[in-house]
Amino acid sequence: MNARIVAALLLLPMAAQSQGFAGLGTEAQDFARPVPERALEFPADHGPHPDYRIEWWYLTANMTGPDGTSYGLQWTLFRSALAPRDGEGWETPQLWMGHAAVTTPEAHHVAERLARGGVGQAGVQADPFLAWIDNWAMEGPDFDNLRLTASGSDFAYDVELRAAGPLVRHGQDGYSVKSAAGQASYYYSQPFFELSGTLTLPAGDVPVTGAAWLDREWSSQPLAEDQQGWDWFSLSFDSGDKLMGFVLRGSTDYTSATLIAADGQATALADGEFAANPLEWHNVAERQVPTTWQVSLPAEGVDVTVTALNPDAWMQTSVPYWEGPVTVTGSHNGVGYLEMTGYD
Amino acid sequence: MTGVILSALASHWRRSPLQLLTLLLGLALATALWSGVQAINAEARASYASAAGTLGEGQFAQIMASDGSPLPQQTYTALRRAGWLVSPVIEGRFGPVQIVGLEPLTAPGGLGPVSVDGGGDLAAFLSGSGQIFARADTLARLPDTGVPGVVAPDVAPDTAITDIGLAQRLLDRPGQIDRMVVLPDQPVTRRPLAEVAPGLRLAAPQDGGDVAQLTDSFHLNLTAFGLLSFAVGLFIVHGAIGLAFEQRRAMVRTLRALGAPLQRLILVMAVELAVLALVAGTIGVALGYVIAAALLPDVAATLRGLYGAEVSGQMTLRPTWWLSGLAIALVGTAVAASGALWSLARMPLLGGAHPRAFSMSHRHRGKSLLALALLLAAAAMAVWGKGLMAGFVMLGALLIGGALTLPPLLTLLLASAEKRAKAPVTQWFWADTRQQVPGLSLALMALMLAMAANVGVSTMVSSFRLTFVGFLDQRLASELYVRVEDPAQAAAIIAAAADHADAVLPLLSADLEIAGRQAEILGVRDHATYRDNWQFLRASPDVWDRLAEGDGVLVNEQMYRRAGLDLGADVALGQGVSLPVLGIYGDYGNPAGQVIVTEDLFRSLFPDVIPQQFGLRVDPDQVTTLRDRLRDEAGVPVSAMIDQAAVKAASLAIFERTFTVTTALNVLTLAIAGFAILMSLLTLAGMRLPQLAPVWALGLTRRRLAALDLLRTLLLAALTGAVALLLGLALAWALLAVVNVEAFGWRLPMYLFPLDYLRLGLLALLAAAVAALWPAWRLSRTPPAQLLGVFRNER
Repeated sequence: MNARIVAALLLLPMAAQSQGFAGLGTEAQDFARPVPERALEFPADHGPHPDYRIEWWYLTANMTGPDGTSYGLQWTLFRSALAPRDGEGWETPQLWMGHAAVTTPEAHHVAERLARGGVGQAGVQADPFLAWIDNWAMEGPDFDNLRLTASGSDFAYDVELRAAGPLVRHGQDGYSVKSAAGQASYYYSQPFFELSGTLTLPAGDVPVTGAAWLDREWSSQPLAEDQQGWDWFSLSFDSGDKLMGFVLRGSTDYTSATLIAADGQATALADGEFAANPLEWHNVAERQVPTTWQVSLPAEGVDVTVTALNPDAWMQTSVPYWEGPVTVTGSHNGVGYLEMTGYD
Repeated sequence: MTGVILSALASHWRRSPLQLLTLLLGLALATALWSGVQAINAEARASYASAAGTLGEGQFAQIMASDGSPLPQQTYTALRRAGWLVSPVIEGRFGPVQIVGLEPLTAPGGLGPVSVDGGGDLAAFLSGSGQIFARADTLARLPDTGVPGVVAPDVAPDTAITDIGLAQRLLDRPGQIDRMVVLPDQPVTRRPLAEVAPGLRLAAPQDGGDVAQLTDSFHLNLTAFGLLSFAVGLFIVHGAIGLAFEQRRAMVRTLRALGAPLQRLILVMAVELAVLALVAGTIGVALGYVIAAALLPDVAATLRGLYGAEVSGQMTLRPTWWLSGLAIALVGTAVAASGALWSLARMPLLGGAHPRAFSMSHRHRGKSLLALALLLAAAAMAVWGKGLMAGFVMLGALLIGGALTLPPLLTLLLASAEKRAKAPVTQWFWADTRQQVPGLSLALMALMLAMAANVGVSTMVSSFRLTFVGFLDQRLASELYVRVEDPAQAAAIIAAAADHADAVLPLLSADLEIAGRQAEILGVRDHATYRDNWQFLRASPDVWDRLAEGDGVLVNEQMYRRAGLDLGADVALGQGVSLPVLGIYGDYGNPAGQVIVTEDLFRSLFPDVIPQQFGLRVDPDQVTTLRDRLRDEAGVPVSAMIDQAAVKAASLAIFERTFTVTTALNVLTLAIAGFAILMSLLTLAGMRLPQLAPVWALGLTRRRLAALDLLRTLLLAALTGAVALLLGLALAWALLAVVNVEAFGWRLPMYLFPLDYLRLGLLALLAAAVAALWPAWRLSRTPPAQLLGVFRNER
């Protein structure tokens, strides 16, 4: 999914910066490029791919507490390579960045971690699965049974994840073509995690249950220059169906989506089939951000209103963006997550 | 109609391009002064901040091995994975240079030369051959490493900063670190330190209050200087605009007589001025930065800053500064023009269109009264004012009042000189000089403000420097200071230093409540170190002998001011001990009250307190040897030792930069004031002809007249300079003794620097002479026919 590629590039300033320098443009050619012939192999592909410029393990979750209060949770590990090689020690060109957040209807807690690869401070191993940065970890005997932890100066969480469905490969068996220019990435998801655990908030611990969605993607190519940002939706309907869709805002908007049936069957949707239009704007961090949306997929009879649980879910990180839980009403009801970047 | 007015206005500038040039130049120079001072001000602040930063990351807590030995890098990883937000540091000698290796991704913001938030080129710092940041002289002495050096003037002397990986390689210590900086914000879940890695020690952040407060005080004074320069700039803008209107009164009258509506005329003139202000403002801002760049040590860096590139540790010129520079030009023009437009609007259609410069304004009396009122208000503020705001109001009242006093004062002086004069030429000279005061008054006020600001700021900066150096001498009398963590280490230090140091002076300290306020009590050993170096604001005779006897205590200025503990007043130290104050010492930058007693008395009052610091007296040549010995034998980490000479050298280097800047500003402001004088003289020259012609006809040669004109300007400049000196000293006093006390609770002593003032006075005279030279030369070359014409044209 193209939007996430830009996310990593923008969020890791060092990567974005090296892009800007003419000399390093040639170095980008040393990075591996996704090809359609290569089939995904598990569990190996759960691990890192240092030959590619960027990669992430991106988890979001919608949860409820014992009193019915809704919560959202984010755990993300980005990998960004200054050069296509791995190694031991400080010289390793692999850099890591973690973002963690908990959103309540009233508050939004955020933390960020940065680390160099090669010294054990951050990394990912495929089997048994372990992704970590500092004391944050996504860890388990396999990819279907994971424990997720993170903590910031005013929050922490510790939750268990159990996969209740199969992995979903986007695009052509996980080879996801992005644009007419031929950019592509490897992209798969696990949208069927059942979650239970504990949130530690300033007011005390809250036991929660819910559902989580994990995205895995890696690539080497950035987006076109005219694309200022994107709006990305992952929606879980009460029917059991799920919808991933995004709009890349550029000189002409580019949309893409995947409709996932309750049994994991995925339908890829071409540019223009998915539509999202802002309904209400909210002032957060001294800028206007749309936090209520009309989302439609006419071919599949989807026409819903997407509303932020907390419109102030601003990620005040190295490069700031909006990411938070949403509720879905209309032709389908449900919950989900919304990510918006480029609102400066 | 608008077109006709515009073309008439433009034709004026076409006919007298010199006037257009002076208007634009005046505005541009005033803007340049403002923006240049802003740029220099910001640079000074930045260099102070980073100097404070590199002098020690003491503002953060630190984790190190209990015995001071190096740590394996795995300890760092283990702590991070246990939730501790720490950043590793390695340091060591590399040839003649101290290498400090940092990890920029985890280091707290502002510590190190590059950061994730965009400071410096992070990718270049981390990858490839890396980068080494140091001062130019340090880089020159660094053995060849093949690593690109980056000049960073704000790094401490003899220190080079680089990435931790590269530092480990250069120091040949792979996998080792010396300590870890602990970030202030830690996560809620974190395993206890002892559980993660035993044998570590968490050292609390050092109290950075001293240096921080001193620099805050200095920043405040720099801000005040920014305001002063703004005032000077406004006067010059006022002068330039006033001139532009004076010269065109006749034209405006003619236009109106021809039927141009007054409103439209004023509107068009306002728009014309706005355009001129924008053009001149743009030139001025650019000029200001060129000046700033030329004054500052890192010209290239500044210019790069102009184009928006971030340069490590250098000042960056933000767009807001461009805007503020333009705003100054526009606002200054608007303020100056509103009065002139108002008077144009009220000018009778058929009234005299002569420039008013010669009218001995009857408004003088009103201005004198206003000046007097302002000066009285300033005095009242000094006596009864409370709070920082009162201090600033006082500064403003003093400044404006002082400036307004100048013309009536000059008139008064000249009138009394005129009365004493016997010879007719002398009498005419004084009378003629007096008559010119109104025409020159704006320029003279600008000169006076410029000089007063220079005197004030030179006095402030020099006093600050003397005080600070004296304070450093007093407080850092020992050659080496060592921080101690526990009794075992204290014993180890005493043992290791016993044979090599001339004296080992323990510093004992504890917190205590005195007179209802939290204070610090220090116990010091009776030693020549203190007797020779400490100076008192006030002290009783034989203060050290009596202190050694345990007959009394010393208190710092803060204690004396806040608790009202004067000499002889009893200080209750607890446990029934109460002793009189023997001496009061200056303690610059310390926010808290402090009391000093003898070591014996301290130990009896606080038997459980161990020394937290030792001062070691040693031959300066032996400092390095002693340092190495303490590190090797007593396990004292390098970061816990302060080398007095290095701290002093770093502090003085900072001051030297400030002085360069101050000197350059002196020259700049005086040059601009000189320019204002030139403009006024040029304007007056034409109008004075009718008055000079009769004197010429009576037999004074043109040459003589020109010489008298030159003399007159010098005389006025000298008188102005004398008044400016008084005003400048008053300003300095207000900054040091009122504003500083209100802001920080302590007073900077004021020192006088007569030689500096003399130099400034000569500079001002030189500026005035240069300004007067050309008009005088023109007068000496006035064709006789032109002088005769005066009589021919007489009605």
